[in-house]
Amino acid sequence: MSVGVEGRPSDSKVVFYNDPRIRSLFFQLLLLGLIVALFWFAYDNTVSNLRKRNIAQGFAFWDVEAGFDISQTLISYSAASSYGRAFWVGLLNTMLVSLVSIFFATILGVIIGILRLSRNWLVAKLAMVYVEIFRNVPLLLILYFWYRGVLGLLPEPRESIKLPADILLNTRGLLMPKPIFGDAFIYPLIAFVSTVILGAVLFWWARRVQARTGNRPNAGLFSTSMIIGLPLIVFFLSGSPLSFDVPVQGRFNASGGMTLPPEFVSLVIGLTTYTAAFIAENVRAGIVAISKGQTEASQALGLSHGQTIRLVIMPQALRVIVPLLNSEYLSLTKNSSLGVSIGYPDLVNVFTGTVLNQTGQAVEMVSVTMLVYLTLSLLTSAFMNWFNRRVALVER
Amino acid sequence: MSGQAELKFIRSHFSDPLPPPMRTSGIFHWARENLFSSVFNSVLTILILFGLYQVIPGMIDRLIITAVWTANSSKDCNAELLGHPVGVCWGFVNAHWGYFVFGQYPEHLRWRPELFFVLEALGLAWLLVPSIPRKDWAMIYFFIIFPIVAFFLLNGSETLGLTPVQTHFWGGFLVSIVIGTVGIVISVPVGILLALGRRSHMPVARSASVVMIEFIRGVPLITVLFMANVMFPLFVPEGWRPDPLLRVLVGVALFFSAYMAETVRGGLQAIPRGQYEAAQALGLSYWQMMVKIILPQALKIVIPGIVNNFIGLLKDTTLVAIVNIFDFLKVIEASLNNPVWRLSQRLATDHRH
Amino acid sequence: MKKLIAAALVAAASVGLVSAASAGTLDNVKAKGQLVCGANPGTAGFGVPDQKGNWTGLDVDYCRAIAAAIFNDPTKVKFVPLSSKDRFTALASGEVDVLIRNSTWTMSRETTLGIIWAGVNFYDGQGFMVNKKLNVKSAKELNGASICVQQGTTTELNLADFFRSNKMDYKVVTFGTSEEALKAYDSGRCDSYTTDRSGLAADRLSMAKPDDHIILPEVISKEPLGPVVRQGDDQWLNLVKWVHYALLTTEELGINSKNVDEKVKSEDPEVKRVLGTEGKFGESLGLSNAWVVQIVKGVGNYEELFERNVGPNTPLQLARSSNALWSKGGLQYAPPIR
Repeated sequence: MSVGVEGRPSDSKVVFYNDPRIRSLFFQLLLLGLIVALFWFAYDNTVSNLRKRNIAQGFAFWDVEAGFDISQTLISYSAASSYGRAFWVGLLNTMLVSLVSIFFATILGVIIGILRLSRNWLVAKLAMVYVEIFRNVPLLLILYFWYRGVLGLLPEPRESIKLPADILLNTRGLLMPKPIFGDAFIYPLIAFVSTVILGAVLFWWARRVQARTGNRPNAGLFSTSMIIGLPLIVFFLSGSPLSFDVPVQGRFNASGGMTLPPEFVSLVIGLTTYTAAFIAENVRAGIVAISKGQTEASQALGLSHGQTIRLVIMPQALRVIVPLLNSEYLSLTKNSSLGVSIGYPDLVNVFTGTVLNQTGQAVEMVSVTMLVYLTLSLLTSAFMNWFNRRVALVER
Repeated sequence: MSGQAELKFIRSHFSDPLPPPMRTSGIFHWARENLFSSVFNSVLTILILFGLYQVIPGMIDRLIITAVWTANSSKDCNAELLGHPVGVCWGFVNAHWGYFVFGQYPEHLRWRPELFFVLEALGLAWLLVPSIPRKDWAMIYFFIIFPIVAFFLLNGSETLGLTPVQTHFWGGFLVSIVIGTVGIVISVPVGILLALGRRSHMPVARSASVVMIEFIRGVPLITVLFMANVMFPLFVPEGWRPDPLLRVLVGVALFFSAYMAETVRGGLQAIPRGQYEAAQALGLSYWQMMVKIILPQALKIVIPGIVNNFIGLLKDTTLVAIVNIFDFLKVIEASLNNPVWRLSQRLATDHRH
Repeated sequence: MKKLIAAALVAAASVGLVSAASAGTLDNVKAKGQLVCGANPGTAGFGVPDQKGNWTGLDVDYCRAIAAAIFNDPTKVKFVPLSSKDRFTALASGEVDVLIRNSTWTMSRETTLGIIWAGVNFYDGQGFMVNKKLNVKSAKELNGASICVQQGTTTELNLADFFRSNKMDYKVVTFGTSEEALKAYDSGRCDSYTTDRSGLAADRLSMAKPDDHIILPEVISKEPLGPVVRQGDDQWLNLVKWVHYALLTTEELGINSKNVDEKVKSEDPEVKRVLGTEGKFGESLGLSNAWVVQIVKGVGNYEELFERNVGPNTPLQLARSSNALWSKGGLQYAPPIR
């Protein structure tokens, strides 16, 4: 209650209840008391309610056998695994879908954001229509659209759409050959890693030469051919230690290979298309914020259109875009919890859904889930802040 | 003097006319400038036009020409039974319109939610259209009078002679709007308090506001709804039975208060320090300064932000379907499960037996 | 702002959004003037509301029977639609007075969830539904199949057990509600859909082409379904339990909604006890002595409920089999009212 009045020396003539420091102390104690009372009220009621209803408390369930299966697991999991294991499966699924969607949403968003500024009227308008539609339709509806409206219409396994390279597309998802790495695969891998390191050194050297002489030695072609060529040669020399487990049509669905389930695919597409619209707006805002003089100046310096965007506009626009992207990534991570509506086994689905139902311990499940999202949010924030510092203008 | 005549040159014929300048107006110039400015752009334009040509006639056909406008069951929209291709079954929407808008709200009492919609629209227009005067009254109307009237109107009250309608009869668009309205009516004042708390010099108020705002903004709405749904009943003494809709409303209001607080904080930060100092110099108390000087200016700045929040809020009301509240999305789902609209195939086969 | 909150609280309290009470469930129900019953919003024959909010089904009629026993008015019920996911939380938290929603009686549910079963109103078992064109004749042939299942049910656990014990492989696809799971199966997302066999019969009806699907013969689990109440209120538990037994006893004695008025005049001591013309059995439950008459007049006896909602003449076409009375070779057995 004392914006800007702190510094005033306390006047002995002021009655004590008009003394700003005493008043401030009083109100704070009052507020603190209220908060404590509220928490105590909730805590006391919860404890007595749980005891009266004979509901178990605590985290003893964590090591108990879960007994149910999960459709998509990144770590080994079976019905004999524990609830705790199920938690990690759900959490990893949430992180996987968030990371993949963030990747695609950024690409799509940047493209659409740039298209919105296209000089082609039709392209710009189409991009605008896209942005307005996806920004103003609830995400849940978009997910239903992709899951039921688009992927639900794919053919049954027997009539799978056959794509090149033994890839099958049907209602069960996208089935792909699964690479099986032989023991000798380590050699081409070593070759690859070492050539990449060599390429990086070459690149660094080329820049040094350019800085000194103004001419850049063309190391790009050499490094590229080396990075691709050498591992290939080593690969064939070591006897092609890579085979593919190709999906084969079985009685029900093709077995073998890798499957991207439609729940995952539609959640990724849904989150990507939705978030891309927001990112596009941020990108546009960032580009528009750069004054036209920058473009004109770089043209006057003889930079090509591509160079202008790459070397002049984007580095400056990024400073505006990155903080905005941060909040988009955060909301994407949080929005991934909507996967529960289309059966994607994310954290909310597995933990706040099935596990909560089997154990009945609502307080523990919901609190843990909330804490996990809070942590994910803080981590994403921290990473983006670090990235932001890197692209921010270095002020001397 | 004679040389003068020799220097004279009189052109004896007109030079060829220059080509006319490029048109700078008209449709051709516009098209050349905006659609065909380069080879790449021209190719792009032609591709897009071709794509639109492929999609739009089919859409018009399905949406309007072959669509069925009135239907009593899915039989009326069945292409096999009708013997001609059928587009969108608008008849389904037509037959369920009342259900979509009001849910199971008793039909003879539907004037009450209708009146509620009108009152809400009036309040919003008064608040948001700049040319309508007396915004202070508009605030009092929308944030105090309207919610109380709306509560008695929708819920009913024996003493006022309005038949009570329990919340499990409410549904559809009505529920979406109720959630949105309660969200905005609660979250604006609570958001302002939180924003003031966050900028306060009192450490307790500041840290309490920061923790609450950052906690809520860090978790998805759906977990807040789960919390409201399964944990809230445990927080209150046994025997209190918070209504399911009320629980969701608490969750939504809490959630959007945090977002509103951040929006309002933006407005507060934009007010120059001189305004605070001038108010203090005049001897205004903290609340006088806020209510009379700072907030009127800050809120005016953040009106677009508040409207954005409101739109986001309306979109997010769809999530309540996940915790089993019959909002707009859920009633559409439910009516799709209605046997009359799903069993048609079976009825058709039954005739054959 | 403060005025607003205060006004809202007063308004809410006065109209009863927040109803405070500390007495037992029965007193609570009587005070409110209605029974709050957790019901299934999507299983034909057991619990399903229509567009106007009229509920039908066996479970729903059980709620009405309890209301009839208490208020002599089967309509004094408020149905709260609950998904299988949040039904037990809703019961434990006091949101509903009784949960009658195809809930399977298991040991761990009674020992950890703070709830207790009052009886079994339907003996069921879990089965599988498949599309005819897959040409599957037995659940043992489902090796490698994708199976759609509803989340938070014993179904999910039985399914895992079945495939584990038969050493078969499968892919589970889990959904929040049975409608979503069924819709996914119907659209071809899964090869098979699994739930209680009564549920399969009901769900088959709401599919695009019911005749394309068959229910496999295997019953992979015991699913005793019944009304559930909170632990710690024995009076209420007794009431719900004996309403169930009254429905069975009346069938056993041949008392139904049509002949109940005559039967009241009967001299048979057993009938007299049941219908309350002798003894004070109703009062000992906290009801009127004519409680059974009220139930039978209000909704009928168990046979009527069964025939009306799930029996051979309904779309579900379920036979009585294990749900026949013990005297007719079934499992439904009521302790004597005396």
